[in-house]
Amino acid sequence: MPLIFAGVCSHAPGITGRRLLADPDVRDDFYAAFDDLRTALEAARPDAVVVIAAEHFANFFMDNMPSFAIGMADHYEGPIEDSDWLAIDKTVVPGNRDLSQRFITEVMKGSDVSYAEEWRFDHGIMVPLHFLTPRYDLPVIPVNINCQGPPLTPLHRAWAFGESIRAAADALPERLAVIGTGGISHWPATPDSGKINEPWDRDFLDRWARNDRDALLDYDDQQLYADAGQGGFEIRTFIAVSAAAGGAPGTVHFYAPIPIFAVGCTVATYDLAA
Amino acid sequence: MSLYAVQKFLYRLNRDPDAQAAYRADRRASTSSFDLTDEEREALVEPDIGLLFHLGVNGQILMHFAALHHIEWAAYLRLMREGIETHGPVREGVYAVTGYEGVDAHAASLGHRTTRSEERKQDHECP
Repeated sequence: MPLIFAGVCSHAPGITGRRLLADPDVRDDFYAAFDDLRTALEAARPDAVVVIAAEHFANFFMDNMPSFAIGMADHYEGPIEDSDWLAIDKTVVPGNRDLSQRFITEVMKGSDVSYAEEWRFDHGIMVPLHFLTPRYDLPVIPVNINCQGPPLTPLHRAWAFGESIRAAADALPERLAVIGTGGISHWPATPDSGKINEPWDRDFLDRWARNDRDALLDYDDQQLYADAGQGGFEIRTFIAVSAAAGGAPGTVHFYAPIPIFAVGCTVATYDLAA
Repeated sequence: MSLYAVQKFLYRLNRDPDAQAAYRADRRASTSSFDLTDEEREALVEPDIGLLFHLGVNGQILMHFAALHHIEWAAYLRLMREGIETHGPVREGVYAVTGYEGVDAHAASLGHRTTRSEERKQDHECP
């Protein structure tokens, strides 16, 4: 079944954990955009959602850091964080081991990946799920790209990985959706938390919406770090979704810097039918 | 060693309820199997968030550690800033790659007008 849905969203822990500290107007507009994304995702009637995330040392560490990893379990636990801090209760999220195994087998034809039969979700996946599958009733296939522990996954490999994900989704009979989740520019969990480079973000989102491969890959990590912070490394997840969308045009439904959430909050989708 | 060992200790602690129980029961003893300097061990036992940031602990690891101690967000940011003021720029790790010298230096490099006093004001506005 050809890939049925592709979108991206933010995942910063402040989005839920510090919701009471945000300007209610802009926060509620952002939450409404998340609601619209959920409605669109549900309308696509997926059998499972592939969440391409940039986890933050919840499962993968510098003792054996994979460039790409895919979960292969019937259920996943999360969040690892203190529930009060994140304002998301600890829960069990359904997976589908059989589907994951077949998906991974297909992805491996194009990209070398690690697989994991254990995976504890952190805010990087739990915050999107909190909005997109609030009843935790849709099986998830968690995917990770190393955006945290240098040497990082090269951008062009993230693109190739996205192509492999698309090929895998197209090859399987199930209806699969892809959600990428990450930065854009931000300095998460540092003294600069709250700083957001809005012009840089808008330029990136313009490249993303045009699905311009050359422009999306035209970043150097050292300059990216200077312009967009450590959190900017997470553009890898957005880029993988661009590749998975196979050149389709995208629409940015929401973008607003929300400093107390420590990120330029984003909701965007590709029009796969275009 | 041993930024790697400091981060490995925190990585386990952040994700493993058994490690959290051991840390709560006896913080110092829970670090015993890790190859740490005295400075690093004290920072983990205290805990000294500012020193850990100065030593180069990744914020994504440090943030979860701070949450474990129920350190409020504004206080967490303030403790890291004080760590840089007290101990100097980040020694190694991701933030040392381009030299993390503090909030003002970053603001200037981005052409932002945010001043230290404004940052402090924002800090205080957060409960």
